[in-house]
Amino acid sequence: MTLFRNVVFIAAIAGLVAGVVLACMQAFATVPLILKAEVYEQAGGGHTHDHIAANTTDANAMSRAEPGEAAVPEDEGWAPADGFERFTFNVVANVVTGIGFALILVAASEFAGGIGNWRQGVFWGFAGFAVFTLAPNLGLPPELPAMPAADLSQRQIWWTATVVVTAAGLGLLAFRKSLPLAVIAVALIVAPHIVGAPQPDSFESPIPERLHHQFVVAVTLTNLAFWLVLGAVVGLVRGRLSGTATGLRDSLA
Amino acid sequence: MNTASVSLGASVSSQSRFVQLALAAFLGVFVMGFVGFSHIDAVHNAAHDYRHSMGFPCH
Repeated sequence: MTLFRNVVFIAAIAGLVAGVVLACMQAFATVPLILKAEVYEQAGGGHTHDHIAANTTDANAMSRAEPGEAAVPEDEGWAPADGFERFTFNVVANVVTGIGFALILVAASEFAGGIGNWRQGVFWGFAGFAVFTLAPNLGLPPELPAMPAADLSQRQIWWTATVVVTAAGLGLLAFRKSLPLAVIAVALIVAPHIVGAPQPDSFESPIPERLHHQFVVAVTLTNLAFWLVLGAVVGLVRGRLSGTATGLRDSLA
Repeated sequence: MNTASVSLGASVSSQSRFVQLALAAFLGVFVMGFVGFSHIDAVHNAAHDYRHSMGFPCH
């Protein structure tokens, strides 16, 4: 299991670095906007997540999860206290999922020969950004608390499916030198947006449009930086691990 | 891209290589899915700001 061990080792370092970087960016760029939105959420009747109840009359109601699940307000139960505790949990979530994303990135890139240096890593990172941020966020823009949204499970299914087909499409485009496959690749990338993401019943929102727009920009840019750092660190660590030969010989173009 | 690249586990067979890489990817998907997609309330609340900040479906 040397290969597995090496992949986990590289992913752990890259995920740790990129996760801490992302958590710091979020503390300045996205979390303040979430806190602002929560003020609007509290002002709007105090009951958080009330859009879930409104969604029971959704047109997609037949295929939704069991009604009992939707009836339970999701904000009940334990939650980290505001301030330091909340920040700490955000850092932990960022590092843990950073390692998760890194595992996926390293494993996928090893199938294609591996990330040889930091520059290749940046391109792989950009692909990760396109797959995990750009594509799903086209259909489901990042939401702030209190914003109207369709059923959670429906959105999670659409999100996952979009990520999978976008990754498959990009992989086909990059690694298969065939025109018909390239056409299929584009079709795969476009398909989830033709199907369309699950939409809420009503778009009425207590959140000002400007605040939301600011949030979408902040999420997109922080994620871009995260993925570029993640890819670059994978390239650097892998280069060290597999000897200097890779780092010296390879260049992407 | 780079035919002469140094592989991370040069000595392993291609089948074992596939299994190990698939295992690593699966582990990554599991970790991401648990933190980002789990419906357990405590997990949702702990990673609430993260989920919003990543554009993951939330609430």
